[in-house]
Amino acid sequence: MKAPLSWLKDYVDIDVTAKELQDKLFSCGFEVEELLEIGKDISGVLVGEVIECEKVEGTHLSVCKVDCGEKGIFQICCGADNVKKGIKAPCALVGATVYATAKDHVTVEGVMTIKKGKLRGIDSEGMLCSGVELGVSGDMYEGADCNGILLLPAALKNGDDVKHELGLDDYIFDISITANRPDCQSIYGIAREVAAVLNKQIKIPDCSFKTVNSEKSVHITNSAPELCPRYIAHYVKDVKIAPSPAWLKRKLALCGIRSINNVVDITNFVLLEQGQPMHAFDMRTLDGATVNIRRAENGEKIVTLDENEFELNSENLVICDASKPCALAGIMGGLNSEIREDTTEVLFEAAKFARDNVRRTARALGQHSDSSAIFEKGVNEYTVETAMLRALHLIDALYCGKVTEVHVDVKTEYSNTAEKQLTVSIDKINALLGITVPAERMESILKSLNFKVTVNGDTMKLAVPRYREDVDDYPDIAEEILRMYGYNHITPTFIPTAAVTSGGLSERQKAENKIKDVLVGKGLYEISSYSFISEKDFDMLKFDSDSPERAAIKILNPISEDLSVMRTTLAPSMVNVIVRNLRRGNMNGKLFELAKIYLAGDLPIKNFPVERKTLCLGMWGSCTFFHLKGVIDNIAAHLNIKFEYESFEKPFLHPGKTAKITCGENYVGYIGILAPTVADELAIDRTVVIAELDYEALEKLSKPLKYVPIPKFAEYSRDLALICDLGVTSGAIEKEIYSACKYVTDVHLFDIYAGEQIEKNKKSMAFKITFTPKDEPIDDKVDGYVKKILNNLKFKMNITLR
Amino acid sequence: MDIKEKIKQIEEQIENTVKEIKSSRTAQEIKMKFLGKSGEISSLMKNMRDVPPEERPNMGKLLNALRQWTEERFDKLESGLKTIELAKRYAEEKIDVTMPGQVVSDGAYHPTTLVTRELIDIFLGMGFEIFEGPEIENDYYNFTALNTPKDHPARDMQDTFYLAENLLLRTQTSSGQIRVMENKKPPIKILSPGKVYRSDDDATHSPMFSQLEMLVVDRGLTLCDLQGMLDEFVKKIFGNEVKTRLRPSYFPFTEPSVEVDVSCFECGGKGCRLCKGTGWIELGGAGMVNRHVLAGCGINPDEYTGFAFGLGIERIAMFKYGINNIKLLYDGDTRFLKQFKG
Repeated sequence: MKAPLSWLKDYVDIDVTAKELQDKLFSCGFEVEELLEIGKDISGVLVGEVIECEKVEGTHLSVCKVDCGEKGIFQICCGADNVKKGIKAPCALVGATVYATAKDHVTVEGVMTIKKGKLRGIDSEGMLCSGVELGVSGDMYEGADCNGILLLPAALKNGDDVKHELGLDDYIFDISITANRPDCQSIYGIAREVAAVLNKQIKIPDCSFKTVNSEKSVHITNSAPELCPRYIAHYVKDVKIAPSPAWLKRKLALCGIRSINNVVDITNFVLLEQGQPMHAFDMRTLDGATVNIRRAENGEKIVTLDENEFELNSENLVICDASKPCALAGIMGGLNSEIREDTTEVLFEAAKFARDNVRRTARALGQHSDSSAIFEKGVNEYTVETAMLRALHLIDALYCGKVTEVHVDVKTEYSNTAEKQLTVSIDKINALLGITVPAERMESILKSLNFKVTVNGDTMKLAVPRYREDVDDYPDIAEEILRMYGYNHITPTFIPTAAVTSGGLSERQKAENKIKDVLVGKGLYEISSYSFISEKDFDMLKFDSDSPERAAIKILNPISEDLSVMRTTLAPSMVNVIVRNLRRGNMNGKLFELAKIYLAGDLPIKNFPVERKTLCLGMWGSCTFFHLKGVIDNIAAHLNIKFEYESFEKPFLHPGKTAKITCGENYVGYIGILAPTVADELAIDRTVVIAELDYEALEKLSKPLKYVPIPKFAEYSRDLALICDLGVTSGAIEKEIYSACKYVTDVHLFDIYAGEQIEKNKKSMAFKITFTPKDEPIDDKVDGYVKKILNNLKFKMNITLR
Repeated sequence: MDIKEKIKQIEEQIENTVKEIKSSRTAQEIKMKFLGKSGEISSLMKNMRDVPPEERPNMGKLLNALRQWTEERFDKLESGLKTIELAKRYAEEKIDVTMPGQVVSDGAYHPTTLVTRELIDIFLGMGFEIFEGPEIENDYYNFTALNTPKDHPARDMQDTFYLAENLLLRTQTSSGQIRVMENKKPPIKILSPGKVYRSDDDATHSPMFSQLEMLVVDRGLTLCDLQGMLDEFVKKIFGNEVKTRLRPSYFPFTEPSVEVDVSCFECGGKGCRLCKGTGWIELGGAGMVNRHVLAGCGINPDEYTGFAFGLGIERIAMFKYGINNIKLLYDGDTRFLKQFKG
């Protein structure tokens, strides 16, 4: 919300600086995002009178003597056509700053400092300035848009700074308005707050006007009251379309609105001042002098003022005459009823439209306007009423036309014109705040905010200003009081009355921390990647068209295709991170991510999906399958469980280098080397190992630590080098050894060899086997156990001792 | 031979030998040659029986003196040599201590994990427990129950990702407030960390980020208590000299609502680039829980009051570690990650 200081001063006697006002507004809940000084780039530009002016032969230049009062008389070379003896113009002396323009004298190309110079060999001690060079448009200052230098009134005193005359000493407050205060989406709304915070009287804008009789009458029907709770129309005749006066143009220009003509400018002025969008129809074009407020018919079309055509449906509200739509309600008028140069009679509209309907229509059609922006935030009926009166006052005061007596006010069952009454307890307000605000202070604050207040002991009876639809309970009143009383009165206390609670981390949260600790201890870096991925990521990892991974929940309004589906696996994110790292020359790495995957029961999704915490591990560069497998076994050890591995296939993993991970009967996850097909497509030439574990399964499987008594008798271990077929797995041998003897407590492969000293198609595997005695020593029995193991291996797997 | 003569001879022999000894080990060996059981001095001792009895005391003295002298002579020599040998060894064994250490490469926690843990720690000490709600929420928990009905303009404050008509990615961890209050009776002290999502994407906004929400509901809580808890929290995380400021704001689910600022921990409030010259840094939003919200969860707002505070974890991490672009947090570059070996 942009509010010029000069405009605010129309309603409040502001006797503080712009900076001080900024701080005051901040303290009462209005953050000034930017305080812009209009003439911040202009300095040292004075009123100068051209007392001599001679054309330089053969050029477009004139040599002038310019009288700058007490500063002296300066010789200035000027190229403008309109320079002549006797005029007064802005004169930038050496050291002054003004805008530099391109050759076209219109485009601003930055700020320049005036230096002493020579033009065609003639000394020049400054510059006479155009409006553009001072950043002043014709709307900002009458005549500033003339072709040439800006001409100033003769009454100005030579040598005075021009900034005040040109309005360059003004400020614009760009104020952030919170969603609960739509009443402050206007200069007057802000002025009310300024008056309250400065403790000043507010000057109420003049809403008076004379009326004349009218031969015409206007008929209004509202067949969509739920979308238009209130509609006021007023007929103005004998309209004379003309330019607006300079003060009106300037006010609009300060807020970035171009002047069109008196009638349109008045509607825009009221929009800015009151925060109420108005519309003016050319009465001649309204068929049957009728206004019909209704939902559009499906397929109905309208061409708006900006000459865009829209096809509408019954969700869109239109303002129609007897035969056709003439405006897209609250968004933009129709081209067919627009105010033209020859318009002679006007129907003004001020209305309240349902904010969510305006928003939905504006979004659906992609058609936004200053008007729709305000309706989306909400207008109140008090302002609907006053805005119409204010517009009619301006019509009358500026002689734009004759205000008739034809005033049609359509209230509906959705209309609300009553003043809200509240009864609040002073003690309760203080109890919420935790401080004691004196009752008389509460009263004076609320009165300054235009509440009507009656205090009776602890009870305050309040009439809420009609524009304050946000206030409905005592905490709102507490906030109103506090923001004026000052948040610095809040003193810290440490919940003295609250009960003691026993907090702490749950077992789940502790377990999660522990897993991360283990992985970080093993040298892995934790990553966090977006929960949404691209459907292309499933192609990248070659998932089948009917694979469960592809059953991902789609975001209906994604930022981009790359972030458009909720991930069902963490693997694509991990692969993408690894690819990014490799492209940046990070040749080795070890990463993990603990995050949720999102599994829909049915698609499109109707119910809450399952959010499953998943652990993804990734390594690349100088690493092997077994490095990552080691880390996974570490996780198992910390959970006090044991994982089993068997060959497995995943579409994106090497079929010979992939394992399913299980724990007992339970699937836990997978581990594997990225398939060369995938790696090639991603231009990866380093080994990549990926694993994904179902964290929630791990959580369920984990066993609490329990002490097992230390064996009373010594353990024994034996190393066995075994010769077996190439295809035999370590896991199978391990299993066989365990099952052959109940005293075996550990089997550990420590060497593997195939080559010259071994028979062809065979390999040697060396295991260390640990035997732990139970109730009696086994010193003399170990050899027997070994024998049994070897027999079993020989018999069942054709494995021999080397 | 006269024993005296013999003693003299031994003395000379020792003096000559000593000159040749170059190492402490040799000194020890040769010492034993003289003083050992079969050493020359010991054999002299054995010869005492050949000495006439009247001379024995005197001779005994002489021999003992010889023995003591020899011992001292060699000990002195040995310790001298040891000092030299040690100095030599030290010189030889000297290492280049400026060479790089052999680092056992640690992993690293993600910065948001570090900050979340730190924040949670502070609140756990005050008796809070953790609640983690779902990331995919329905309209009710994310908006309606938080006093933000369908046509409410506050819905525009947050651009929401929708998954279905009634399902969305939560835009705030405040949705967890409702789930807690529906199922738990006061006193409530809950901390709710987690991922939230908004359709926003630039150098300071990420479509996914993390929030931490704090909620307290009990009898007689006031805005001063909120300020007190924030003060405590801010001092613990940013240091004792950092001040907290509340200023009016608006959130549909709190009334009064406040924006929480802390005095700039970079410049101490004088104004710098970090705080954009204001001396203050916006930390998060807070307020007294709206009565409609309490009532909607079955908590009597005339009996209980509550306060809530929410902050962005990435924002804190970015301030704390001086990270200038939020994208770095989700990019996974190892050169970034390895810097957080906290």
